[in-house]
Amino acid sequence: MNEGCRQSSRDPFLATAYWLQPRVCARVAALVAMFALSACGNIEPWVKPYERQNLADPVMSFDLNPISSSYMDHVYEAREGARGALGGAGGGCGCN
Amino acid sequence: MMTTASKRVDPHSGRWPVGQLASHAIACARRWLSIALLGLTAAAYPLASSAGVLPEDRADVLYHRYDGGGVTIHGPSVLVRKTMAEKYSASANYYMDMVTSASIDVEVSGASEYKEERNQYSLGFDYLRGKTTYSLGYTNSDENDYQASTTSFGISQDLFGDLTTISMGFSKGDDTVRRTIADPNDAERRIVDPGFKQDVDRWSYRVGVSQILTRNMILGLQLEVITDEGYLNNPYRSFRYVDPDDDLRFRLATEIYPHTRTSNAAGVNARYFLPWRAAAFGGYRYFTDTWGIDAGTFELGYMHPLKGTRWTFEASIRHYNQDHADFYADIFDRVDQQNFMGRDKELSTFVSNTFHVAATYEFVPSGWRFIKKGTLNLSYDRMQFDYDDYRDARYSLLPTDDPNFRAAGTEQFYSFGANVIQAFISVWF
Amino acid sequence: MHSPKLPPRMLTLLRATALAATLAVSSLVGASSALAPSFTLPSRSGAAVSLDELKGQVVMLNFWASWCGPCRQEMPLLDQMHKRYSALGFTMIGVNVEANTQDAEKWLAQTPVTFPVLFDKDNKVSKLYDVNAMPSTVFIDRKGNVRYLHRGYKPGDESEYLNQIRALLKE
Repeated sequence: MNEGCRQSSRDPFLATAYWLQPRVCARVAALVAMFALSACGNIEPWVKPYERQNLADPVMSFDLNPISSSYMDHVYEAREGARGALGGAGGGCGCN
Repeated sequence: MMTTASKRVDPHSGRWPVGQLASHAIACARRWLSIALLGLTAAAYPLASSAGVLPEDRADVLYHRYDGGGVTIHGPSVLVRKTMAEKYSASANYYMDMVTSASIDVEVSGASEYKEERNQYSLGFDYLRGKTTYSLGYTNSDENDYQASTTSFGISQDLFGDLTTISMGFSKGDDTVRRTIADPNDAERRIVDPGFKQDVDRWSYRVGVSQILTRNMILGLQLEVITDEGYLNNPYRSFRYVDPDDDLRFRLATEIYPHTRTSNAAGVNARYFLPWRAAAFGGYRYFTDTWGIDAGTFELGYMHPLKGTRWTFEASIRHYNQDHADFYADIFDRVDQQNFMGRDKELSTFVSNTFHVAATYEFVPSGWRFIKKGTLNLSYDRMQFDYDDYRDARYSLLPTDDPNFRAAGTEQFYSFGANVIQAFISVWF
Repeated sequence: MHSPKLPPRMLTLLRATALAATLAVSSLVGASSALAPSFTLPSRSGAAVSLDELKGQVVMLNFWASWCGPCRQEMPLLDQMHKRYSALGFTMIGVNVEANTQDAEKWLAQTPVTFPVLFDKDNKVSKLYDVNAMPSTVFIDRKGNVRYLHRGYKPGDESEYLNQIRALLKE
């Protein structure tokens, strides 16, 4: 079978197989994500940095004592079937 | 490992069969997600910071104790974190479990109470550059019959005027499973079986978004996909089946688990600032996996600093419910009933409820020498586990004339309560 | 004699890079020349202080809050600058943006500063100056124009501040 001849008659860019290859897929996804995020850059922050007093308060910290929360996460994970999707970072004073 | 479509596409055909297209697209989506997340991982230790500011320097020393279901586990945990040059932050943790276990699994299998020690070391490193934090972490856990090591990478980014923090993480774990057997030379002692050594590989991908909603409220969303591959059962644990010679009793056989498990978890949590300076928080996590387990976790809590004093109090409740794994059954009819069989109560249908209270006392409010702030903390958790399809097999081990005897498969469902205490001191410097 | 011509793609790339670099730099340290909006705010002593009174001096306006770590870190350094240059026609003005002035007063009692601290409880001045980072530092020249804007504070920024103070004092 003259496989080389048959393949060269098809434009590789049109083949769905090309776009679903991991490396191509990853690049396209990254580009889309970049455009999406850059378009969002014009959103005005609705909580101004000087209004973040309450959010900067330690009581508003998602994880005040990591040594304790990681221990409790371990206690539950060892006894339950579920795992993952724990913890949240962010918030705080938003300084700098 | 993320499985790709097993069917190869014929490059010479002009069209793709829809089924192959769909499965290849799904595989591709998973592959690009994993590629996008590769190179980004969160530290093995939960990152408690916004991306623009590194966590504070602190040292914590904790004593933990778990008592319940015939098991006592206690030990220390020490955590130190130090920031250098306003850009780098390093953390180190040493954690130990001293286990004494006469749990229901131990009793049902006829073994005697065992003692064990597990040591765990973790190292974390964060690098802050502008609004981005890059993290690296390594954890190693060691006990005589199980070694686990995990390496993780993470990236965290502030966006939209610091109102949003996006974080992504990847972890790779390598476990080595061994087992102990009675020493052939000395029946009293146990040694590690030189003829048994199995591996487990684990991949974890996670994405999180933390969003400030209002001046008083913050929301967090997390997604995590974990895949395990290898020897996933416990070499000491057995499933039970009706004794072919006596259907009032049961026999045990080493559990047989699938070689892979992929799980998906999605969680949301929120925190709200109350005007009198307190916080209300809550969260929900949904879990599902390829073993057929569906679980939901629900938590609600309240934190209150007592005005004019150095005390802060916290109380929370947690409700967890779970549906059993496909290959789980409390008792099987025959030893070869299914390809995969297990009786781990962790995979059964059950409900667990926890009530948590904690008190914190700030003991150096104005600082002392190099210590900026210090707290003493005490917390107590009361857990209750109620199983809906895991029975207390001890009742069918009793003599048949015992009034408490129950035939195998008709024993009452098992339940137990546990007390968890944590006492720790934290200093910020 | 012909100088070697750069390939067009290279030239475009260079131009784009230069533009991006300029934008990046200017967004970090905004250089501009616009009249500083006037305002009057109460000071710690209770007396009202107006920006117009300070015309003719170089003014460094620092928006801060006691709950903001980098702000607290910066304050002693700002105090040093005020002490050093106030005799030469320079003044540091701290604008506290907290709704509850007690927290600021408590912190200032522990870490006193010699420069005037004004209270912008209603955040009117913060909005006027479009404060979008904590801390924010605005340099105003003798004529009353906004010359430099700093967003945030990282250790080492103070040397930049000193250079800009000296440059404005020379004018």
